Amino acid sequence: MAESNKMHLETVIAKDDFASAGEASSKVKKTLTMLGVAPAQIKRISVAMYEAEINAFIHGGGGMAYTDVYPDRVEILIEDHGKGIEDIELAMQEGYSTASEEVRMMGFGAGMGLPNMKNNSDNLTIDSRPGEGTKVRMCFNIGN
Amino acid sequence: MTISGGRPAEIPAELLSKEKFHSVRLDRDKCQGCTNCIKNCPTQAIRVRNGKAVIINERCIDCGECIRTCSNNAKKAVTDSLDDLRNYRYTIAVPAPALYSQYRTARTRNGILTALKKIGFDDVVEVAYGAEAVSNATRQYLKENTLQKPVISTACPAVVKLVQVKFPNLIDHLLPLQAPVEVAADMARKKAEKESGFAPEEIGVFFISPCAAKMGTKYFPLKGTKSSIDEVISFQDIYIPLRGVLKTLQPEQEEDLATASIYGVRWPNPGGESLALDINKFISVDGIKDVVGILETIDNNADDKFGDVDFMECLACKGGCLGGPLTVKNVYVAQVIMKGMRSEQNGRYKVAELPGMDVDYHDYLWDRSPEHIPVDKLDTDMVKAFIKMEKMEEIRDSLPGIDCGACGAPSCVALAEDIVRESATITDCVFKLRERVRELANEMFELEGVMPPTLERKGVIGERTRNPDTHHEGGGFR
Repeated sequence: MAESNKMHLETVIAKDDFASAGEASSKVKKTLTMLGVAPAQIKRISVAMYEAEINAFIHGGGGMAYTDVYPDRVEILIEDHGKGIEDIELAMQEGYSTASEEVRMMGFGAGMGLPNMKNNSDNLTIDSRPGEGTKVRMCFNIGN
Repeated sequence: MTISGGRPAEIPAELLSKEKFHSVRLDRDKCQGCTNCIKNCPTQAIRVRNGKAVIINERCIDCGECIRTCSNNAKKAVTDSLDDLRNYRYTIAVPAPALYSQYRTARTRNGILTALKKIGFDDVVEVAYGAEAVSNATRQYLKENTLQKPVISTACPAVVKLVQVKFPNLIDHLLPLQAPVEVAADMARKKAEKESGFAPEEIGVFFISPCAAKMGTKYFPLKGTKSSIDEVISFQDIYIPLRGVLKTLQPEQEEDLATASIYGVRWPNPGGESLALDINKFISVDGIKDVVGILETIDNNADDKFGDVDFMECLACKGGCLGGPLTVKNVYVAQVIMKGMRSEQNGRYKVAELPGMDVDYHDYLWDRSPEHIPVDKLDTDMVKAFIKMEKMEEIRDSLPGIDCGACGAPSCVALAEDIVRESATITDCVFKLRERVRELANEMFELEGVMPPTLERKGVIGERTRNPDTHHEGGGFR
């Protein structure tokens, strides 16, 4: 699990199970709280991670979340093997969404996911190929 | 010594020595060391040690859930005594509105208020009246300020402490205004100073309380000056003396003391505070488990629909203050009685609209914000916290995961945490203890077959009968 200077966490992002959507970010949040990360940092990390997790859940058919906590930063990789993003630049625009009506009815798919990830993280890279899946990497500087 | 709840930068030494900052206590003689309270505590603030429950002060939010769930009545709230009336020359009773729900035989609010005077108070000021002032101030505040939505009511002190302990990111949602009891106590004190002719220290303001957490408010108010509350008397302690007077009180003896309208009187019911605000987009949540659930939902961004909710009432007790741990009547019986008490009997009460009290919300603002109390932090050094976290997970995985509570912690995860915090050991788990006993028994059995070299041995010379590979096996945590 942990080397002396970091903590590694792996969480499964479930598929088709709304009851467990958001569990990965909730678990990371609990861990960061116990590690003593400042509440304001935890807030932006969990907002960004929640968005990425929900995207992997809705568009990616589930996947994995890998979190590395260092004393000065938190790195998160969310990986799915779903349909991928056709045009990342377009997807980054606020309000742009490809979510189905059904998903929107559940309160998701407002087109704020990627912008929220960008606004709450210090570094965001998206690696995606249509038909193969998406990797979202986010880095958060947490001081110390 | 640890302190629960927000506190001023400097705590007067005499308060610490009195240890009154924390109201929920244990009666050691009555405690049977069972697991009811540890299982029901919403902040996992209780452990059983040496056969008795122990409250972890910084985790306790004084919600009173353990008082309710203890089947041996071993949990109680420390409050003041009616005998303290003798310590003042002029006394004012400040009853919480839920008091009106405790007397089936009382005809009117004025009857109950008159009875308070008859048992020794010089004057009465209704908390319900203070509540209406807070409602007016809240309306103003919400009009002129933008807080994070939903704005969370701060009338319930246990909820404020819960946010401090578990939801630091929701501190920005808290309505930063004094609670009705504090406002009413201020009104009572000012009125007494003006009318009685006695010096401030000769005047005693007595809050009549259904609530365990209000005792903490008395010692650690969210304002710069001392609280205006001098003493807190529980409903349970005043129930019998007051009932005695009410039994013989004639209608013509009732003084016209009630000043609050229906808005203030129904404040302690779930939804009462919101209805007095005259807003539509509010929700009201009562019962500490439901409150924790809804705050978790908001904190986890799990439903952004909450951004549309203007105001949220959270009350630690099921049924609001009528279900307070220091009440006497069953909460539903209390609701029925309360309905009679808040109606416009014989046109006695002014119920048209919230009285236009001359209120400026600035007068009610907190002087300090409640601070985060980081009870979950494993270590101040993050690298040390990594190590503890890793060890904690390792221990958790080795535990049976059935959360039986026999170790004195509410769950296997909590025991794992206690072990890395060095307040418990692995053999506190009965299953791990049993494993350990079996290992030792096996070891003894093996050793029993070993003979000293000077005695005759079975087998070939030089070969030990015990297998050195198994000797140190399965040591694990000791």
